[in-house]
Formats: sequence, structure tokens, C-alpha cells
Amino acid sequence: MKETFYITKSGTLRRKDNNIVFENSDGTEVFLKSEKMDELYLFGEIDLNTRLLNFLSQMGITLNVFNYYGYYSGSYYPRESKVSGYLLVEQVKTQIDLPRRMKIAKEIVCSAARNIYRNLRYYNKREVDLSVAMSEIEYFISKIDEMENINSLMGIEGNIRKIYYDQWTKIIKQDVEFEKRVKRPPDNMVNTLISFLNSMMYTTVLSEIYKTQLNPTVSFLHEPGNKRFSLALDIAEIFKPLIVDRMIFSMLNKKQITKSHFIDKSRGLELTDVGLKILLGEYENRLKKVLKHKGLKREVSYRYLIRLECYKLMKSVIGEKRLRRF
Amino acid sequence: MKITGIMVYYYFVCKRKLWYFSKDITMEHNSELVEIGKILDEYSYNRKKKSILVDDIINIDFIEDWKIIHEIKKSKSIEEASIWQVKYYIYMLNKLGVEIEKAIIDYPLIKEREVIDLKEKDIVEMEKVLDEIKNIINSKNIPKDMVRKSICNKCAYYELCYV
Repeated sequence: MKETFYITKSGTLRRKDNNIVFENSDGTEVFLKSEKMDELYLFGEIDLNTRLLNFLSQMGITLNVFNYYGYYSGSYYPRESKVSGYLLVEQVKTQIDLPRRMKIAKEIVCSAARNIYRNLRYYNKREVDLSVAMSEIEYFISKIDEMENINSLMGIEGNIRKIYYDQWTKIIKQDVEFEKRVKRPPDNMVNTLISFLNSMMYTTVLSEIYKTQLNPTVSFLHEPGNKRFSLALDIAEIFKPLIVDRMIFSMLNKKQITKSHFIDKSRGLELTDVGLKILLGEYENRLKKVLKHKGLKREVSYRYLIRLECYKLMKSVIGEKRLRRF
Repeated sequence: MKITGIMVYYYFVCKRKLWYFSKDITMEHNSELVEIGKILDEYSYNRKKKSILVDDIINIDFIEDWKIIHEIKKSKSIEEASIWQVKYYIYMLNKLGVEIEKAIIDYPLIKEREVIDLKEKDIVEMEKVLDEIKNIINSKNIPKDMVRKSICNKCAYYELCYV
């Protein structure tokens, strides 16, 4: 498995022989392991040239850029080499066939809801009573199959999420304000964490989609388009509770992240450099964590689990097998 | 659709793999074993003329005087498939008017080689195989039966098949 590299400092990134070198603003050079690199994240202000971009393409490395405020700006990814016209046609055919689209959309909502339920169940035993919320969510999960269109399905999803977010102040042991999910700009610590980690999740899912023949713009739960790779949003939905939310709970409860890691700016609450580094380190650890996959009888990482979800989607698109619940 | 040497090879390895491959659903980029194969191909027999592409169908590792073709393989684990792959090369080149004497499969890692020629009865068998390949790759549905052999474990398509 190849690795992800994160650069939070400012400086210059260039090709040197057959490797990538990062030169810090104070002149020190760091050699990055390009042979083992899969993705490169840039958070600082970095100079680079086309010679480097060509080299990244040659090595098949995706570059993800985040702006000064820590928001995702975009990616540079190597020329698409894994394309299948056949699969694209089948993906589109599945998308426009409402019963088939609904089947997949329901699987996504259901998988996400089950992961949400698991999070609540985990904290329910730990001195907080979340049983009311759990049974409410169970009720909504049981209704998923009855939904006949995307809008009503989205409604269920919204309900589940609302109930879920209402429990967060009970789960989080630090004193945090979190009444509801607020984006652009996030107004408090929890919202800042969700926004930042969700965009990390989005790029991770996108880079896993790129490793398959799926087209990232043709989505099933979300409407395709919206100027985003909406298939990445679909799949991220399943993994946010599993990776992002669990990470937020545990980091806040262990006080790995506190108020001191944020600065109040006119554009909302922002992460400090130290806070950013702590988050990236933990995020990477989570993605690398392995678990035993029962069906495959193999150890897989959480990152690879995302790819497997793409494979399942591919199979249901070519009509090979009904998508199984995650 | 043109039948390539790789397709003949895959026909003998796994029909599902053949079907996926024919739909451009490739997985080899995930596989370390494939990477090793590529490097082996790149660094073996450096003095010879390498990688001859004929009519987008066959990609011969190298050829001697247009008489003997060579195929480089890492191991003997799927020998039958390799044998039919080179038989297909001889068959196709003969059809195109190139008289090939024989083929040699080289196993540089185990320092062995194997000489293959195309017999009369092979031609009949070959044509049957090519018909079946056409049926598989033209089918809308993927062949259902899994090979369920030990080779699945090393296959780049393992996760896609079994997930």
C-alpha cells in the first residue's frame, strides 16, 4: 500500500533527479519518498513548476491543494488511465433507471445510518443515555425501504442526522457549543472540525474512486453535478460516521484537541498550525488502521474499505450482484 | 473486437478475468506481482530487440530473425495459459504470412526455458478456443462461476470478485 504525504509548511516543491524535494522557507531540504507516494496534500504556501507536475503524473501521484483558510481548493491528478467506456455506460444506465438508482441510494443511506447507530450504541454504554435517539434512528432505518423517491429518502437521512447531531453535546465531554451543523463559515469548534475532516474525507474517497473505472460525477443519492464530484459525496456519506465522527469524539474526549487549537477569525473559527498537524496525524492513523474483512478473509485498512465500497458499486452497476449492506 | 494474446492467456486462467479485462475493467495497477513481472520484462534480455507489437493483437516480448518468438514469464504456476498464449502468437503470425519455427517461453528467475510449437491438432483446438473467447467477451453478463482455486488469492481481481 502506498502512502500519503502532508505538507503543512511553506516552501518550494521540486523534482530532483527521480525524486521530490521539499525545500523549507529556511532552506532545509527534505527528500520525499516518491516511489512510495500515492497522494500529496499541500496546506502551506508552496511554489512548484510543471516539471514537478509532469513527474507527479509519471509517478501516478495525486496532488490535493488546500487554501490559507484550510478549505479544499482542488486537485491535480494524473491523466486518467483507468477508463472503461463500458462501465461508464452502465453507470449512467443505472443512474437514470429510477428503481435501480433508488436501490443503490437506499443502500448508501442505510449503511450511513447503521454506522451512525453504531456510534451511538458505543457511547450509550458510557454513562450517557442515548437509547431514545437510538430507537428513533432505528425507526427511521426501518422506513428507508418504503421510500419511493430520492427526495423522501433525503428527508429520512436529514431526520437521522438531526437526531444524531442533537446527541453530540452529550457524547463530547469537553465543554463545547454545538447546537446545529453550521457550514461556511463554521461557527464553533465542533463545526470547524466537521467541516475540515469532511473535506479530507471527500478527497480521500475521490482518490479511491480514481483508482477504479467509476466516473466520479455520476452519483446515485446526491444529484449528479452540482459542480462537485458527487459520487465522492455519496460514498463519503457511509464513511463519515465511521472515520470522521468517531475521530472527533475521541479526540475531544481525550483532550487531544482543545480550544487552544483554534483562532477566532472574521471567517469563523480556524485551526492553528499545531491543531492542523494533530488532526492530519490522527486522520492518517485512522485510515491506516486495519480490520479483518470477513467476506474477503483478509486484513484491510479503512482506506481500502473505501475502495472495496467502490468495487461493490461497480458490481451492482454492471448488474452482477445486488449491493450488500456494509 | 480483436482478440489479443492476453485474452487467450486469461481464457485459460479465468473466464471472469477475461470478461472484466475485455470491458477495460483492469486491476493490474493494484498488483505488486504485476509490477514485478513488468520489471522482469524490462530488465531481462536487454541485448535483444524487445516488445514487438503486431496489429495491436500480439505483443511479443522479443523475436529472433522473425523465426523464433520469446515470451518471458515469472513462474510456471499457470503454464497451460502461457503455452496457449504463444501458440496463438504462432497461429496469428502464420496467418499473416510470417513463418515462425517455434516459440520459447523463458523463465529467467528459475533459469529454465520451454520450447513450444504449433501442431496440426492445436490449430483445431485454437479455433475452438477463439470462438469461445468471442462468446465470453460479447456476452452482456459476466461468467458466474468463480475459479475458487488458490490462484484467486494472488489475482489482482480478487477483491473485485469476492467483495
